[in-house]
Amino acid sequence: MSGPVNWLSQIAAVTKFGLLSMPQRRGSVAAAAFGIAGVVAVLVGVLSIAAGFRRAMAASGSPDAALVLRSGADSEMVSGFLRDSTRIIADAPGVARTPEGPLASAELFVIINLPKISTGTDVNVPLRGVERPALKVREGLRIVKGRMFEWGRDEVIVGIGAAREFDGLQVGDRLKVGRYLWPVVGIFSAGGGAADSEIWSDATVLQAAYHRGDSFQSVFVKLKSPDAFNEFKDAVTADPRLNAQVLRQTDYYAENSTAVTKLITTLGYLIASLMAVGAVFGALNTMYSSVSARTREIATLRALGFGSAAVVASVMLESIALALLGGVLGAALSYVAFNGFHTATMNWQSFSQITFSLAVTPQLLVQGVVWATLIGAIGGMLPAIRAARQPIAAALWEL
Amino acid sequence: MKFLHLIWANLRRKKTRTVLTLLSIVVAFVLYGFLSAIKQALTGGVSLEGANRLIVRHKVSIIQLLPESYKQRMEKIPGVASATHQTWFGGIYQDPKKFFMQNPVVPEEFLKMHPEIILAPEQRQAWLTTRTGAIVGRKTAERFEWKIGDKVPIQSSIWSKKDGSYLWEFDIVGIFEGRDKNTDTTPMFFRYDFFDEARRGGTGQVGWYTVRVQDTARPAEVAKLVDAEFENSSYETKTEAEGAFVQAWAKQIGDIALITASILGAVFFTILLVTGNTISQSVRERTGELGLLKAIGFTNAQMLALVLAESCLLAVLGGVLGLGAAWLLTSHGDPTGGMLPLYFFPARDVLAGLAMSVALGLVTGLFPALQAMRLRVADSLRRI
Amino acid sequence: MSEQATGNGALVDIRGVEKVFRRGAEDIQVLKDLNLEVPAGEFLALMGPSGSGKSTLLNLIGGLDHPTRGTVSIAGERIDQLSDHRLAAWRARHVGFVFQLYNLLPVLTAERNVELPLLLTHLSKAERRAHVATALAAVGLEHRAKHYPRQLSGGEQQRAGIARGIVTDPTLLLCDEPTGDLDRKAGDEILGLLQALNREHGKTIIMVTHDPHASARASRTVYLNKGQLTREPND
Ligand SMILES: Nc1ncnc2c1ncn2[C@@H]1O[C@H](COP(=O)(O)OP(=O)(O)O)[C@@H](O)[C@H]1O
Ligand SMILES: [Mg+2]
Repeated sequence: MSGPVNWLSQIAAVTKFGLLSMPQRRGSVAAAAFGIAGVVAVLVGVLSIAAGFRRAMAASGSPDAALVLRSGADSEMVSGFLRDSTRIIADAPGVARTPEGPLASAELFVIINLPKISTGTDVNVPLRGVERPALKVREGLRIVKGRMFEWGRDEVIVGIGAAREFDGLQVGDRLKVGRYLWPVVGIFSAGGGAADSEIWSDATVLQAAYHRGDSFQSVFVKLKSPDAFNEFKDAVTADPRLNAQVLRQTDYYAENSTAVTKLITTLGYLIASLMAVGAVFGALNTMYSSVSARTREIATLRALGFGSAAVVASVMLESIALALLGGVLGAALSYVAFNGFHTATMNWQSFSQITFSLAVTPQLLVQGVVWATLIGAIGGMLPAIRAARQPIAAALWEL
Repeated sequence: MKFLHLIWANLRRKKTRTVLTLLSIVVAFVLYGFLSAIKQALTGGVSLEGANRLIVRHKVSIIQLLPESYKQRMEKIPGVASATHQTWFGGIYQDPKKFFMQNPVVPEEFLKMHPEIILAPEQRQAWLTTRTGAIVGRKTAERFEWKIGDKVPIQSSIWSKKDGSYLWEFDIVGIFEGRDKNTDTTPMFFRYDFFDEARRGGTGQVGWYTVRVQDTARPAEVAKLVDAEFENSSYETKTEAEGAFVQAWAKQIGDIALITASILGAVFFTILLVTGNTISQSVRERTGELGLLKAIGFTNAQMLALVLAESCLLAVLGGVLGLGAAWLLTSHGDPTGGMLPLYFFPARDVLAGLAMSVALGLVTGLFPALQAMRLRVADSLRRI
Repeated sequence: MSEQATGNGALVDIRGVEKVFRRGAEDIQVLKDLNLEVPAGEFLALMGPSGSGKSTLLNLIGGLDHPTRGTVSIAGERIDQLSDHRLAAWRARHVGFVFQLYNLLPVLTAERNVELPLLLTHLSKAERRAHVATALAAVGLEHRAKHYPRQLSGGEQQRAGIARGIVTDPTLLLCDEPTGDLDRKAGDEILGLLQALNREHGKTIIMVTHDPHASARASRTVYLNKGQLTREPND
């Protein structure tokens, strides 16, 4: 009895016994498989929040777009420029141009309180005042319902995420800002980016409402090319008339998301690890009972000359098969339950809500199944060793 | 308790199985404790003290400022005992990732409004006499290794001084403690008079007010009166109970309660399966023995109780061990390294956890117990 | 039901008992119109081929099962109509069982096994301990009190089984093939023990057996055949 083929057929023979006895042990098999499914579903579910958040942030900026803030300001919220400064920034080298002028939008950013539909409590919703180039500065932005607001008129358009998550933002509704009532005339989509959570109006309208005179908070700029960034940045930061810093939009949003994604990811892994420990105990239980239910069969096979390695391998195989069953179930469950689920959370940097969709990515699914396999392998190891170590004669006598 | 021996002996029948099941219950309750602490950190911070305190902010959003002069007008409103203000400073010490709050306040008013902040009398005195003085909570003091007498530079992201610089310097004159676990000891507070005089813009404007309601007044009615007082002014207000304000903040992050409940649901569902399976497996294995007990004269109720006692003993033992472990683990501080200042396992959730362990025992044992109870003696004895 | 307290003084009084088991759609009649009287103090052997219904009859006498028809009275009390709950309490007070396979709980020591029926009484811990010691002494197993069943021989396990059967001093001791799983020597010892219990302590014993050797020890033997009792074996 030697050679790999023989060895494989030994494993197959022993494994078959285990798999055939599964229906008899369906209670404990189901308990272990569901336990593992639960771990995978929670792991993938929690991490899909982080993945979705990160994806929304990534969709918010493109490499050839830059954001200019007052130096020292870590967000638009606390930044500020007068009109003179925003003009200088718009005319700086590296900025893309069209016949109508440079592709730079000086913007205002404030937050207003609106009820969140899912919780019914007030949340901070971003309200942005933009200039005409704003639509060209942000790639892929389009009106999906209603129309664009008219420049100079007291009207707003609403990002598709904001319209979904917050109350009173449908076309035809009126938005109350202080003593003003601004009609919502359109819904726009920014391809899943941060702008999807925002309400937009003409910057001049917002300036008037907030007594901001002719000041702005940030300048969004489209560059000639991604490579033009340094040219633009150097020009702006070196200009003695300006007190400004230049960020790539991609960097700005990535920076924005790190704290939240780190928090969610840390907690997600921690919770899933604890659950995995519990699931390992469940798997151990199942595999021990599987092995002890087959004490005689295994001993008989060993007596016939089957190797102990074959016994170990087959018990491990059974355990991993069971774990995979649970893992795939959990992954499928989390995909169905979480992928694309819309939600909103606090973006601490802007002190306001950001809407996004949970993303159950293929990587997460693979990760879930890998976890399941590990749980199965660990859960199978000790019982496999016990099975292989059983003294044959005593086991034959049992029962 | 004369049956205890029998119950215990049954649990020890298959030690590996019992221990493994016990451990999975322990893990479930550790998770429960851990999630309770996270939930507490994200949604807690509502102190009893806050029951008769209101938060008054600008109606449009909290980032908009209110006039300092509102204090006098508020204190004239019937039902208002006192009012004091805070302002968001948005400062950074060394690393923007090491976030903590620093607000300018009026020291006497502030300390009177917040008796949950415990400051030694001589430190309080020092604060009152030092214009650039600041007090900081124990947690942040330890985090940055600040001592009384230290000068700390804080870079504000919002406020510049008259010379245009955003870098402010404060003298640490006191380190405050929280009166109870629910008190956040991460913030820093400094003097509003110093701040208002030094800042370049916004003079005379403050972030929000905290209002103490007279003991005899109804907070909800006072809140309405406050908002009515400032209606149609250029600074309209929104007033709500401190608790509601804090809760609403937590809800901005998301429905934490729902998320933790869903995770716990998944955890306990699987634990239910694992434990229930263990108990019913062990009941199935000893059909004959249970039949014998019935033959001897154990009544149906006694059979039911016997099996339920077994599952409850297992669940409660696991629950107590798990809750204890969770208590120890969570008392070592939060796992994110300072992002959750109010992270602890509240006693009320420990009690709820104990109740849950009993419930777990009852639910997992019920089915096998009924099985044992319905056993027909004559049949079960034949099986041997 | 006025004939309930029949005046014949028999401890066990069975009248017109019928037992039908339903297996699927099929009815199996195991006992039909069976009568039996066992006076107090008797050691009765119940014989018959395998599957003839000996255990079934013993279960009816022990209140483990209900007859399909007929009456079962023990010490003047009709037990065939008692509810399951009352029956359990009745068993605890009146009968001791001894089984072919001993039916000891493997997780308990011999003395703890013997103590089991006492848990259902109001005796204090000390009293229980005293009763257990007496019962173990009666079967000659004092020295094995702390041993687990797997550490005992078959004969010793059956002694523990008998000790458990008599520890509450029941009205009636029912033994279902108590020597069926023992070798001749151990079996003889068990039979001697039962005989002594009957003679010296006046225990009423009904013993099912298919071993003529065993029935020889009894004071009377009846045979079960085709659902009825006869005085002689009937092939
Ligand atoms: N619960 C039951 N359900 C169906 N048939 C039964 C049941 N108990 C006993 N029987 C049948 O009744 C007959 C008598 O059984 P039993 O009293 O155990 O016989 P004995 O003890 O004389 O060997 C057998 O045919 C048996 O199969
Ligand atoms: Mg029989």
